Amino acid sequence: MHDSAYLAPEGRRLDSVNAGARLRRPRLPPAVPAHVPAPVPPMNTFGLAFAEALRMVFHGDATLAAIVLLSLRVSAASIAIATLVAMPLGALLAVASFRGQRPVIVTLNALLGLPSVVVGLAVYLLLSRAGPLGSLGILFTPAAMVVAQAVLVTPLIAALTRQLVSDAWVETNEQLRSLGAGPLASALALLFDLRYSLVTVVLAGFGRAVSEVGAVMIVGGNIDGVTRVMTTAIALETSKGDLPLALGLGLVLLAIVLAINVVAHLLREAVQRRHG
Amino acid sequence: MAEIATERRAPLLPLSLTDVGWSVGGQPILAGVNCSLVAGTRTVVLGPNGAGKSVLLRLCHGLLQPTQGEVRWSGTERAGAPRRQAMVFQRPVLFRRSVLGNITFALGLAGVDRRERRDRALSALGRAGLAALRDRPARVLSGGEQQRLALARAWSLEPEVLFLDEPTANLDPGATREIEAVIEAIHAAGTKIVLVTHNLGQARRLGDEVLFLDRGRLIEHTAIDRFLTQPVSAEAAAYLKGELPWH
Repeated sequence: MHDSAYLAPEGRRLDSVNAGARLRRPRLPPAVPAHVPAPVPPMNTFGLAFAEALRMVFHGDATLAAIVLLSLRVSAASIAIATLVAMPLGALLAVASFRGQRPVIVTLNALLGLPSVVVGLAVYLLLSRAGPLGSLGILFTPAAMVVAQAVLVTPLIAALTRQLVSDAWVETNEQLRSLGAGPLASALALLFDLRYSLVTVVLAGFGRAVSEVGAVMIVGGNIDGVTRVMTTAIALETSKGDLPLALGLGLVLLAIVLAINVVAHLLREAVQRRHG
Repeated sequence: MAEIATERRAPLLPLSLTDVGWSVGGQPILAGVNCSLVAGTRTVVLGPNGAGKSVLLRLCHGLLQPTQGEVRWSGTERAGAPRRQAMVFQRPVLFRRSVLGNITFALGLAGVDRRERRDRALSALGRAGLAALRDRPARVLSGGEQQRLALARAWSLEPEVLFLDEPTANLDPGATREIEAVIEAIHAAGTKIVLVTHNLGQARRLGDEVLFLDRGRLIEHTAIDRFLTQPVSAEAAAYLKGELPWH
């Protein structure tokens, strides 16, 4: 044990405190915040944990599978909602011209860096009992996590869509106006024209949603079997010291994000070949 | 159909430009243009680079609004109603759809009934000699085929006026001939042609009358033969002298 390494509240080493004080004051356990990882085990423990993690992944461990499935379901739902809202908005923002358009675009681009814990906090306040949407009673359920992730990725999808449509609009606006297309028809036509590039936007949004931890932790609560997803489970299991499950989930998460990027890349190449 | 027939009875043409000017950032690009374009004749717009030819075309087509003067059609185009004029650009703008899909898309925007679109599109493709390519992705066609598709798309809309902005500027002689044949056919079918070109040979082949622009002003508006053989203005004489050695 290395208790002596911990600092007393006064900032002095415990063993330097004089004997009289030590007698009068009970020795407090060291104050360690709950989120600090457990002491790092030696190297061979890592190896064992890794082997156990692989076994869990490839033998379909029930706990792990349930967590992965919930993660995918929550993120897929949030992406579906965010896409439906954000793509038409982003496209309209690219083709329409109205007063105050530039500030809106700048704000939207700034929202790309929206911190997920802040989104979590905002959604938490909205959904908590006393909040405006408290009557829904969905706080600490997967539905709340869907809402939080949708809020998080909507600006991302809208901003990326706006950028793509905006570039296409430069090349096509005269032709579309010549054909008599108004802003709405132009926005929809360009969304369709860019459909393959937009798949990569959706995948980028999915990658962001499935890998974020702050928002789902706050509004979901990381309840075992109910709202525990990959990222919150990794955070918890790591701090508990259950490395196999954390590592196993980490591997799955990594594989998912990697697969998403491979699919996006292959799709781009295929479309380039077919459509020019 | 009845509604279209009523609209057709009040033709769009003639088009009158009264003291039309267009400036950007206080810099006049076009100024004091007065002219009238009538049905039946093929109008060619000539002039050196930067004379304002493309701007004139866009003002006529409504893609730009004049900063001075007035562009007036005899017939009216109701807001929201299908357009009765079309334009083909120097670089064809095609969408990531099939050859056929590019035309049915335009017909859809023009409010053509869904069941009618395919037949009209196929007929336009046939007339432009593209029937065999109808299922190919439009954006991988050759440059000449892409421009012919843009022409077929414009033609399928059966416009009363077709504006063309240097449609063959990027094409080789063979493709240019094919494009010119399609333009001839569109004219023969009763559409007014307004063509911007740099190619005097093309102007002679396709034009009946010339609008000659120089530095943002309309200098001459005469018959093509007269313009090519005995231009009135010094600017036109200098322009022809500069262009002719290439033919």
